[in-house]
Order: sequence, then C-alpha cells, then structure tokens
Amino acid sequence: MGGKLLTNVVAPAIALLIAFGIAALALLLAGIDPLFAFGEMLTFGTTAESMIIAVNRAIPLFVSALAVAVGFKMGLFNIGVEGAYLLAALFAAYVGALYSITPVLHVASILLVAMVVGAIWNGIAGWLKVARGVHEVISTIMLNFIAISLSAYLFLNVFKADTAGLTIATKLIPETGWIPSLNPWLEFFGVEVRAGADLHGFLIIAVFLGIFYHYLVNKSRFGYDLRASGVNPSAAEASGINPKSMIMKTMLISGGIAGLVGMSTLLGFFHQYPQDFPTGFGFGGIAVALLGRNNPIGMAFGALLFGFMNRSALILDFHDVPREIVTIIQGIVVLAVVIVYEVISRYVQRRVVAAAAKATSEAEDTGEVAA
Amino acid sequence: MKRYLRFFAIVGALALVLAACGDDSSEETTTTVGTTEATEAAGGEETTTTAAAEEETTTTAEMMIGEGHEIGMAFDVGGRGDQSFNDLAAGAWDEGKRMFGYTGRELAPDAGGENREENLRLLAETGSEMIIANGFAFAQNVWRVGTEFPEVNFAITDDCPQDDTFTVVEMDNVRCMLFSEEQGSFLVGAAAAMKTTTGTIGFIGGVQIGLIEKFQAGYEAGARFVDPDITILPAVYLTQVPDFSGFTDPVKGKEAAVALYGQGADVVYHAAGGSGLGLFQAADEGSTDDLFLWAIGVDSDQYTVFVEADAALAEHILTSMLKRVDVAVGNAILDQLQGDFAPGATRLGLAEEGVGYSTSGGFIDDIVDALDALADQIIDGTIEVPTVPEA
Repeated sequence: MGGKLLTNVVAPAIALLIAFGIAALALLLAGIDPLFAFGEMLTFGTTAESMIIAVNRAIPLFVSALAVAVGFKMGLFNIGVEGAYLLAALFAAYVGALYSITPVLHVASILLVAMVVGAIWNGIAGWLKVARGVHEVISTIMLNFIAISLSAYLFLNVFKADTAGLTIATKLIPETGWIPSLNPWLEFFGVEVRAGADLHGFLIIAVFLGIFYHYLVNKSRFGYDLRASGVNPSAAEASGINPKSMIMKTMLISGGIAGLVGMSTLLGFFHQYPQDFPTGFGFGGIAVALLGRNNPIGMAFGALLFGFMNRSALILDFHDVPREIVTIIQGIVVLAVVIVYEVISRYVQRRVVAAAAKATSEAEDTGEVAA
Repeated sequence: MKRYLRFFAIVGALALVLAACGDDSSEETTTTVGTTEATEAAGGEETTTTAAAEEETTTTAEMMIGEGHEIGMAFDVGGRGDQSFNDLAAGAWDEGKRMFGYTGRELAPDAGGENREENLRLLAETGSEMIIANGFAFAQNVWRVGTEFPEVNFAITDDCPQDDTFTVVEMDNVRCMLFSEEQGSFLVGAAAAMKTTTGTIGFIGGVQIGLIEKFQAGYEAGARFVDPDITILPAVYLTQVPDFSGFTDPVKGKEAAVALYGQGADVVYHAAGGSGLGLFQAADEGSTDDLFLWAIGVDSDQYTVFVEADAALAEHILTSMLKRVDVAVGNAILDQLQGDFAPGATRLGLAEEGVGYSTSGGFIDDIVDALDALADQIIDGTIEVPTVPEA
C-alpha cells in the first residue's frame, strides 16, 4: 500500500517540482524573477473567473485523456483522437442544427451523433489493424490528416451556413440543443461570477464519463480482458480472449469517447461549428493521460493542472514574461512523470525484494532453530 | 483624407520598418525611409506628403494627449512577429504609445475562438477604454464582449461585429476597419502580368477563407486585365479551416511555391502571412541564369522588411501589396484619444491610400506610370475589381 501511494502521489509531485524548477531556471536565465511570475499566475489563476475558465479548458482535455487511456490500457496507442473529435464535432453541429426537440433529448441525440462518428472514425484504424495488420500509430496519424482535410471539405462545401461577413460556421443549433451553464448553481452556493465566464454544463457529463471509465476498466469483465491483453497479449489469448475482437472493441470505445471531446465547447459555448473551432485537444489528451497514468482521478488532476496553467499564463503577457514558459512546464512535467515513475517503481520493487529476502532469511534462521 | 496622410507620416511608416528587423538603432533614418515609402505608395503626391511631414512635427510637439488613457490590443493568431498584419497593428500601437503617452496591455490567442473572447474580456476588465481586435475572426467575439461592456470601445480589423446568426450588428461602441484588398491586389496582379517572361503566374493563400479569396480575385483580375491570354495557375491554399497554420508555416509556403515555379510560373503572389518566407526562399533557390523568379509580398513592404535581414531574398521581391492596417489602427486610436470615437464601418481602398503597392527595390520603376493609371481607373470607377475569384 505504501508503495502504491509513493508511486501515485509522490511521483507526480516530484515531476511537478522538477518541471517548475527547470522553468524557474529558464526564467532566471531570461532575467525574470520566477517567484514573481509564478506568484502572478497563482493570484490571477485563483480568481473565480479564472477557475471557471480553467475547468472549462480542462474538460475536453480530460475527455480526450479518457479516450487515449482506454487504448493505453491494452497497449494500443490511439493518436487519432484529434481527427475523430474534429470530425465528430462538425457532424454533430450540422445534424444538431437540423431539428429541434425536447431539450434533454436534443442534447442526447447530438452527443450520440458525435459518439457514432468518433467510433466509426477510430474504428477504421481498428479494422485496419485487425484485418490488415496496420500498426495503429501509423494509421491513426494518417487518419488525422484525412479527418482534418475531410472536415474542411465538408465544412466549406456542404455544412456551412450562408453568412454575410467573412466569418464562416455551420448553422446555429436551436437552444434546445445547448447544454446550459452551471453558473446558476455556483451562484446558489454563493459564488459571484461576472458575465462571460460560464462554467460549461458538460462538466457533469465528463464526471460521469470518468466514473464510467473506472467501472469499465477496473470493474467489468471487458476491463479485465482489456488489462490482461495489455499486460501480456499472448497469455490473454491463451486464456481465451480474442485479441482481434478486443482491438476492435477498444478502438470503438476510444473513438466514441473521442467524439465527445469537442462537445463541451460546441454545446456550451459556440452552439455551432465555427472556422476556428479549437484544435489540439487530441494531442493534449495524450499528455494528460501520461500525466495521470491512465487513472481517472489522476487524469482529472492532470487536466485541471493543464487548464489552470493555460488560463493563468494569460497574465504573463501583461508582465512581459513569455507565455511559452507554461508550454515548457507542461512538456517537462510529462517527461519527468514518466521518468520519476520508473525510478520510484524500481525503488519500490527493490525494497519489496529486499524485504522479502530479509523475511526469508529470518524465516530460515528461525526454521533452523526449530529444526 | 488629411487624417489618413497624417498617419502615413506619423505611425504607418515606422511600423513597417520596425517590424522589419527589430533593430531600433536609428529612428531618424527609419522615419525618412518610411516617409519616402509612403510617398511612393501614394503615387508620388509630393506636396501633400510634405504637408503631412510638417504636421508630424506639430503633432509631436503638441503634447501627450494619451496620458491617462489605456488602449488594449488583442492580436490574432500569429501575434507579434508574424511580419504581417499583427506586426502592422503592433507597430502603430507601439508608436502611438511613444508619441501620445497612453498605456495599454496586449494579448494573443493560443487556442480557438473561445480564447479570443477570453482575451477581449480580460482587456476590458483590466481597464482598457478601447480595444483593438485585430482580425476578422473576432467578429462574433466583439459582438458578445461589446454587449457586455458598453462603456468600452472596440475597433475590429477586416470585418464588422456579427451576432451568432451572422447578422451584421451595428453597435455604438464598435468601429470596423475594412480594406479593399482586391484593389491593391489588382495592381500587383497587373505588375505580375507586365513582368512575367513565361506568361505564367501563380498565387498562394494562407488559409482558404473569404478574406484571402479577395486577394486572389483582385490579383487574377488585374493580371487578366493586362493580358487576357495569361496563364494563371490554380491558386494554392496552404491549409483549410479550422487549421490556421497556413499563415505561420514557411515550410508549407515553400513547398507550394516550388510546385508553382515548377509548373512554369515566374511570378508568384502570396497572401499567407508568415508562410510567405517560404515563397521568397523558393524564388531564391529556384532561380537560374536563364530564368529569374519573382515573388510578390503582402501587407507590409516586404522588400524593406527583408533587405537588411536577408538581402538575397529581398532581391526577388518584385513589389508588395500594401494593406495599411497600421493606418487604420492609428486613426482609431487617435480618434479615441481626441474623444471623437466614431462607430460604424470605415473602408480603406486605393482612394484612401489604405491599400497600394510598394516600389522599394526599384524593380518596377518602369511600370509605375502604367500601374498608377490603372489605380486612377479603379478609383474613378472605370475598372470594377471583383472580390470573389472566378470559378
């Protein structure tokens, strides 16, 4: 138990310290007081508006991390979340604007469209691996390019609404298809929020997705098969787990979750797919999954940390501190967490071995006496 | 008209060269270079420019009318250092700070539209009385944030505020700074047609959006106007939405340029922001003893921008289509400081000298008269320049 605590909490903490240490060094070299920079970030990042925006930024990263983590659990490296969520968001925005029904059903149907599109898209990579033996890293990278080009083509030629100005976007989704902001609840609990910072209602769905992920991976038969295939594919196959069906199922589930990555901003903010729909969550999710070690709570913390850093970095511009310092921290923290985890788990392993050896020799000692 | 010229002298000129090299050693020379450049862009109206130059001295001496004022700057993707419209706006804003003494904060987006809005809001909250929203993509963000902060004024580049159904909204606190990019592009297209030896020319756009298609439309119309039989290769767009990296990716720019030159083009015009560097590199590397390859720059006078940093590249920049974002931004700031901020749309075209072409490098000295004659015809309406490319 002590070992688990050590690896799960101490490792990320050390990684963070290393990352901030190196960032502080970089700032010092640039002639900037790191304590001042981090202090400003902390002050600015902890205002109510900043916290809300940080959470809003964390939601898609968290969902993306879940999608990546499902694959990681069985050793599948799904890099295709990026393409899947963009394509899914575009289709969901287009389909969702075609009709208007009861609010909850409307939102649910839009989410379903997104999940189906995401699942189909990543399913292609799964099928390619199962049927043709194409490695998923290659196929998902390629599929990202295709997804981006395909979505651009569909967006510009089929899905875009007639607009007067230079801005282009799909038609506005009727209000029944919006996910309401959670701000009324915040106000209920006495948090004063200025207009403009709306806590996305998708947060609740994201929390449920995290719980779903936990049960799927850790408590279900499928999850057992998934982890078994990840730890030792040949042993899993020998025990009757069909690897091909596992690959296919995993890619479909991963894609289904990936389809939801863009829904927080789409249904909570844009309500239409605009030309500058945010990109990059798919790759950000990989970093968060690594940071959170595929653990839902770990990934939630990782996503919140990234969201917080992205938001609080804005203030750095005001003080002529290069905002890229945050990108450096994020990069190093991911790298460091992988290394530190490895070091600590070796240390824990050695300790376990040593303890066992000690126990054995003691047992031998006492055994000899008894004999 | 007078005001526009004033800003040619005060702000605009400096911005171009400041963006060039970040070398702020000799302000004296920069001003001179800039003023000359403005004169050329204006088509040689010596007298007016002299008047404007005199006015510059009076303005400098006048006083710091900006003291106590705060003007925010919200850049679009690319931010400072894009050697394109962000740098032009930054130049005007920085220079205005120095001359008028106002303060102000700046922000650049790191993600999609949600972040643009966050930036505008942050600037409004932290005390900006006017915010420059430098890019058409701010259209809806300005509508939202402008409604939330009616006491803050906004000046948006390239488009007017729109609500979420894309209806253009007239707002009392928003000014839109529009340009007739197609008119300036028409002139550089004409220059391309006059200078080509292979009879083939090309165009590279950063991202395929309506704004950039205006550049393409004007360029192709200008070239066809001069030579109806000219071969215009299909326009190349580096990326498609929502991928805006086409404005910041010189590698993609170079690939596209190599392909266009490879198909026989010897003049290629780019409207691709920072990616244009790749075009200039391709022109330099692809030129042979038999065929000299030309490139046409955009937004700022890119010959002047490159001549100090990399003279070999500058030698290939035939001319640049000037889009005086700096002038528009400078005017908006000046109006705000003088207390006569005017909402609504202002459009700068050839007549207002808000667009034009550069002659630095002296490569098109022989055709300046012909181009200016075309410019006159556009201004008096004889030539109507399309804003949408021919299908």
